[in-house]
Amino acid sequence: MADTDWVLALKNKFSEAVDEVSSGCLVLPGEDIFRAINFLKREYGFDYLMNLAALDYKDRLAVVYNLYSFKLKGKVCLKVFLPRDNPTIESMTGIFAAANWQEREAFDLMGINFTGHPDLRRILLPDDYAGYPLRKDYTKEGFLPMPTV
Amino acid sequence: MPTLETQQFSVSFGPQHPSTHGVLHLQMDLDGEVIVNCAPHIGYLHRDFEKICENRTYTQVIPFTDRLDYIGAMNNNFGYCLTVEKLLGAVIPERAEYIRVIIAELNRIASHLLAVGTFVQDLGAFGTPLLYCFRERELILDIFEMTCGARLTYNYYRLGGVSADIPEGFIQKVKDFIRYFRPKLTDYHRLITNNAIFLIRTKEIGVLSKEKALNYAISGPSLRASGIKFDLRKEEPYSIYSRLEFDVPTRDSGDCWDRYIVRMEEMEQSLRIVEQAIDKIPEGDFIAKLPKIIKVPAGELYFRTESPRGELGFYLISDGSTKPYRLKCRAPSFSNLSVIPELVKGVKIADVIAILGSLDIVLGEIDR
Repeated sequence: MADTDWVLALKNKFSEAVDEVSSGCLVLPGEDIFRAINFLKREYGFDYLMNLAALDYKDRLAVVYNLYSFKLKGKVCLKVFLPRDNPTIESMTGIFAAANWQEREAFDLMGINFTGHPDLRRILLPDDYAGYPLRKDYTKEGFLPMPTV
Repeated sequence: MPTLETQQFSVSFGPQHPSTHGVLHLQMDLDGEVIVNCAPHIGYLHRDFEKICENRTYTQVIPFTDRLDYIGAMNNNFGYCLTVEKLLGAVIPERAEYIRVIIAELNRIASHLLAVGTFVQDLGAFGTPLLYCFRERELILDIFEMTCGARLTYNYYRLGGVSADIPEGFIQKVKDFIRYFRPKLTDYHRLITNNAIFLIRTKEIGVLSKEKALNYAISGPSLRASGIKFDLRKEEPYSIYSRLEFDVPTRDSGDCWDRYIVRMEEMEQSLRIVEQAIDKIPEGDFIAKLPKIIKVPAGELYFRTESPRGELGFYLISDGSTKPYRLKCRAPSFSNLSVIPELVKGVKIADVIAILGSLDIVLGEIDR
């Protein structure tokens, strides 16, 4: 990621933040992410949560936050890696109302737990659905892979 | 003196209801006519688009993007192709760029026509404005049909360009449409915009403040109606938008009428874009020469475009193979709908229809 003011400030404040070359994201440990986003919003006016995506890298899961600042016309991408067996991360609903549904979607399809979320339940799938379909190891009876092309 | 006891009751609005614009279910707790609490239930159209994509090649994904926002399908094709091309580093022929922008803007007009038509219909202007809008939209669909053979789910864009060159007579037909449509817009303004009943139903109804719009990540016309001048075609110009002249219409109060008028004015701007581009279409290829089997270099990116409904973003991870490793779609309607519980609190039930219609949601991309 290009070292903009806010990225440098983040790296100063959170010593464990590292660049990820392949995605241009800044990788933060899970316990720092809430404070980091809060810091960005307060100090640099990152007031728009463009995108929140849950990702599966086979050995671990991740949550990625794409933020935008209308004031600076700048973007930032933050990523947190989570263990597969108990992916838990603090909810951003206290900072962005938009995180509410986005996190519910991540919970629904990827099975990521957001602590402090006011209403964490399935959003797209039925409430009694079992499993998290977007995970790479998801299987279901009658679920056949595509024939190779 | 005896007091009259009242109690709250719960009403299900949808999922089968014409005013929900699809299969949306709003569970509303009412105190008389006033809404105390509203809980949207979505997912009726869910088919896990993102998972499907992981099992398809990059080109095979394109028809699935049509079915996200099926009213503005061309714009979805566009957004997806741009995302992949960005990672691919493909150079798009000039002619293809022009065709893409013309088609996308025509599609934006068609989408806004439907939005305005159904919005006014929901407010009780039964038939007339809707059919007027559909009459004009039909002409655009005819142009699309002669271009790619389909009228709703086009599958027209390809990685590196478009699937076929524009047919003979296309340019003339688009020019005819522009000449025909301009005066029609004036007609709409005369018919709808300052209509007394329409004003009563929309002015100061469903006010979405600037702060709330940002907090809920609202995008598109709804964001611009709340006083934020932000259009991705202007702020982060993709394709050839930086070379075209157009304005970004905004309004300040963020009520239903503002969202309506922003869409009306955007149609004018889209016409301007089409008008400029149609005269400049250069000769050349309509698609870049890419290998038959497209392998996208490994990498990750988030790319966003301005669809008729707002910010359409794709988060794409490629592992260097022929299929996307992960494709997350950030649908504008998804975020736009999430503000509904807050917007409808304390309003009368009839105004919910107005607010929902003015947000212009498409359930296909919410449920994905």
